Amino acid sequence: MKRWMSCLGAAMIFGLGTVTQAAAEEPALKAVVDRFETALDMLWLILAAVLVFFMQAGFAMVESGLSRAKNAGNIMMKNLMDFSAGAVAFWALGWGLMYGASVSGFIGSDQFFLSGADSALYRDWMFQVVFAATAATIVSGAMAERTKFGGYLIYSVFISALIYPISGHWIWNGGWLAELGFHDFAGSTVVHSVGAWAALVGAFFLGARKGKYVKVEGKIKVRAIPGHSMPLAALGVFILWFGWYGFNAGSTLSGTDPDIAHVAVTTTLSAATGAIGAMVTSWLWFGKPDPSMSLNGALAGLVGITAGTWVVSPLGAVIIGLASGVIVVASVEFFDKVLHIDDPVGAVSVHGVCGAWGTLAVGLFADGVNDPSITGLFYGGGAGQLLVQCIGVAAVFAWAVLTAGILFGTLKAAGMLRVDEKEELMGLDIGEHGMESYSGFQIFSNM
Amino acid sequence: MRLIIAYIQPHMLNSVKEELYKAEVYKISVTNSLGCGQQMGYTESYRGVDIEVNLLKKTRIEIAVNEAFVQPTVDAIIAGARSGEIGDGKIFIVPLEEVIRIRSGETGHEAIG
Repeated sequence: MKRWMSCLGAAMIFGLGTVTQAAAEEPALKAVVDRFETALDMLWLILAAVLVFFMQAGFAMVESGLSRAKNAGNIMMKNLMDFSAGAVAFWALGWGLMYGASVSGFIGSDQFFLSGADSALYRDWMFQVVFAATAATIVSGAMAERTKFGGYLIYSVFISALIYPISGHWIWNGGWLAELGFHDFAGSTVVHSVGAWAALVGAFFLGARKGKYVKVEGKIKVRAIPGHSMPLAALGVFILWFGWYGFNAGSTLSGTDPDIAHVAVTTTLSAATGAIGAMVTSWLWFGKPDPSMSLNGALAGLVGITAGTWVVSPLGAVIIGLASGVIVVASVEFFDKVLHIDDPVGAVSVHGVCGAWGTLAVGLFADGVNDPSITGLFYGGGAGQLLVQCIGVAAVFAWAVLTAGILFGTLKAAGMLRVDEKEELMGLDIGEHGMESYSGFQIFSNM
Repeated sequence: MRLIIAYIQPHMLNSVKEELYKAEVYKISVTNSLGCGQQMGYTESYRGVDIEVNLLKKTRIEIAVNEAFVQPTVDAIIAGARSGEIGDGKIFIVPLEEVIRIRSGETGHEAIG
């Protein structure tokens, strides 16, 4: 113990680098340094995993705040169950398909049910399961207020067990996209886009909420269906932002990596400028700075920086964030007013469109400082990286749309996707769960 | 002049509004209300325990009309609110002694329209 303490003191005085050099000559010292590195990795990854887990609360608050009071309990249940069902699915199947021994770069093939796990594997599984759950929970917002609960449960198992792990394997476990040099540091594409493209397909198969798009004299009129609590939505965004420090900075995967600070700084700047970008856009476009759009803008900035957070400079992060803020407003308007796909919380625009943008931005803004092999177009790296990023975005889009299309198409054909009209009007809290979220409050439930 | 008071299912309010609009009745007051009639409530459950809900959420609408609009208004409310099930609601029509518009001091037929 005494010896340990003195070694720790030495580590503090000389810095870890000096000690590592000395460690080569002193095996006993090396063993102690290794032990501390392992401990720091363990602490950092479990702490980061807990932060990312808390993002589930953020999603639950954002989604309930931006939808109506009569469906709030249903949204809580969906968020609770996509994590709970998803975690079990990721233990049984998902982890093995994602991080098991690779079969020609397409799919993992062992470690199902965490077989043969040691403490390092438990640590890694813990860090990854919360990412899988993040991908899964994105869909709940886009499909809010009209989806049958049973159908949603089936979807939750499928995305965590199959859809997310397989495309994740291509990128994060040395699969074919990683071989091409595709870079997605913390998952703009791996996590956010996969969830969002599944959400897009789900919202498309479901159809719009009743009263959202009304035909008046042959023309489709777009109606607003306001969310019931802006404070809840804002709390959710702040919780997500908080959790994102685990999401991005945790993806250094090492407690001794000094780049943790770099990642935290670029994450902060992009989120801040995302909020600013969306506020300014909505101000110029709609005449007032729109709160729910600005909140979406902060999330858009976070999703946008997630891929490039480690390879872009702070200035790059500011530009990526600003662009995300503008893109998210334009995208929400496009899906709503042009395509008429009803996404109550803007999940497809935030996670899908800005996820794709952030992934492509690596090919533009990577400055080659942290990793000289990843240099973007604007930093003299040519268009090579950008092209690879495009291939990755397109491949993951195709995979998610295809698999989610089969899944939601089957659920729809089986009549398990959408609640009937009367239940939708009365609210899913009563219809699906037989209770009310705001019992004792008199709330207009007739919107 | 008549005052038409109707209690309807909250989720039927939108379709009632649409029917009234088609019948060219544009003025309406809406309040939330609780009540029970033949429908006799329903049961919710909370943590596995049943709760009998006797007073149901209803929406009360009030429309003041001239004689000529009484029948079209009633027809529109029925068209919008009727599902054929118990609980669709009731319509009451009561005579209206006087109507005064606060801003201008107009009374009677002019004040209604």
